[in-house]
Amino acid sequence: MALLEIENLVVEFGTSAGAFRAVDGISLKVDEGEVLAIVGESGSGKSVSMLAVMGLLPWTAKVSADRMTFRGRDLLGLSPSDRRKIVGKDMAMIFQEPMASLNPCFTVGFQIEEVLRVHMGFDRRERRERAIKLLEAVGIPEPEQRLKSFPHQMSGGQAQRVMIAIALACDPKLLIADEPTTALDVTIQKQILDLLMRLQAERGMAMIMITHNMGVVAETADRVIVQYKGHKMEEADVLTLFEAPKNNYTRALLAALPDNAVGDRLPTISGPFEMPASGSAR
Amino acid sequence: MSRTILEARGIVRDYHMRGGLFTPARTVHAVKGVSFSLEEGKTLAIVGESGSGKSTLARILTMIDAPTAGELTIDGEKIDILANGLTAEQRRKVQIVFQNPYGSLNPRQKIGDVLAEPLVINTDKPAGERRDLAMQMLMKVGLSPEHFNRYPHMFSGGQRQRIAIARALMLNPKLLVLDEPVSALDLSVQAQVLNLLADLQDEFGLTYVFISHDLSVVRYIADEVMVMYLGEAVEYGTREEVFSSPKHDYTKTLFAATPRADVESIRKRLARRAA
Repeated sequence: MALLEIENLVVEFGTSAGAFRAVDGISLKVDEGEVLAIVGESGSGKSVSMLAVMGLLPWTAKVSADRMTFRGRDLLGLSPSDRRKIVGKDMAMIFQEPMASLNPCFTVGFQIEEVLRVHMGFDRRERRERAIKLLEAVGIPEPEQRLKSFPHQMSGGQAQRVMIAIALACDPKLLIADEPTTALDVTIQKQILDLLMRLQAERGMAMIMITHNMGVVAETADRVIVQYKGHKMEEADVLTLFEAPKNNYTRALLAALPDNAVGDRLPTISGPFEMPASGSAR
Repeated sequence: MSRTILEARGIVRDYHMRGGLFTPARTVHAVKGVSFSLEEGKTLAIVGESGSGKSTLARILTMIDAPTAGELTIDGEKIDILANGLTAEQRRKVQIVFQNPYGSLNPRQKIGDVLAEPLVINTDKPAGERRDLAMQMLMKVGLSPEHFNRYPHMFSGGQRQRIAIARALMLNPKLLVLDEPVSALDLSVQAQVLNLLADLQDEFGLTYVFISHDLSVVRYIADEVMVMYLGEAVEYGTREEVFSSPKHDYTKTLFAATPRADVESIRKRLARRAA
């Protein structure tokens, strides 16, 4: 049985000009221990569809789907309080800007322990021990001292490591990483990606990697979904996607990489693209 | 035939931080003795991570900031803004485009006025001529006449970057400093802006100093490459030299860290993962 199963997800936002459809009929499945990359440019609906899964969209968003299940449980029918028992525990998410995701008023130790208190009901000593272990696992030196640090005392890379520690605190089955390295330097990006892949393999956890960077896709994914303007353009395993992309949008996207440039002009991405039928099965 | 347009020798920039109640005063060495020279019509790419001093160097090259020590020569003239100030002519020659086009345009200024403003400040051309020149430049960067009276918020990120480039070109500069001009843009838009920059370079014989942290973009656009690390230029050479045989350890680390999107490296990774 698939860990996460979504069929025909539609997300609409109410605007003054009428409903805007940000996600239009996305279907996907994630199996246990699998790394799925969702790649697309801004406005492709890649973040919005995962925020819908997490239940983190604002009230202006209208989410509907034929099916949205996590470990066999229907996510759409859950009450908010039942949903909060899953989100952050079995299903966790990290975001692009680590500094914006951490609360500047509390120490990182407090913020890691908060998750353990809410979801696991650990007592004070257990929480502290587990927090130290987590910081060690994400590669922060002197974890006992660092528990007392505030977010502003850390670098961007370290803050992202803390975010990963918080996400992993309850041993999630699924980690959703939304552009986790976009705000970081390349050498730090490499460290964070290596860390995520190591933790993913050690824990056998499933991961959804949202990114716009084809290099990150190539370095992490087992399977890839390409999204464009809320539609799923193509789904393939990573090797097939890079070797023999079927959709012409995917081909244009790969051709526009400066790495693949032939001659002194880059091919630009311009439509029309072969849109798959809305709500197509995978 | 080609002559040197920009020469920097031993550029140093220190920032003195005044001590506070609990912190002692200290000096930050942002740029530590950087030297290079650049010929007309070429592109020099400066690569480095945050804190490597590449943007400080950009400020010095555009004469916004003065170096603490070292010599800067632009188009044969020695520049010393602390002692001599700047002439209008010197200011005209070097222009800059910043990373974030959202932040570098005044939200209450129409695009036509954005483009004409450098002419108002630096020339005494009459209004009609300013208007014509602005309109011409608008077309040059791939926008249309109906964009002339619109405000910045009505444009996409790529279009705003085109506007910022157009504004920089209004005074016919010789040298354009581009501080991460495509970092905030999507892949498809990035390709368009890079093509535009290549076209403009051919048309106006522009010299570019292209600051970036993206090695794939640098490999595509640069003639010469300088890698900066903690304020020092650790590697400097032609694109072929730097990319085929990097000498400094940091450059090698940087190359190793860049994600590779080719089939061969995916195969290797999948084989490692299966093992």
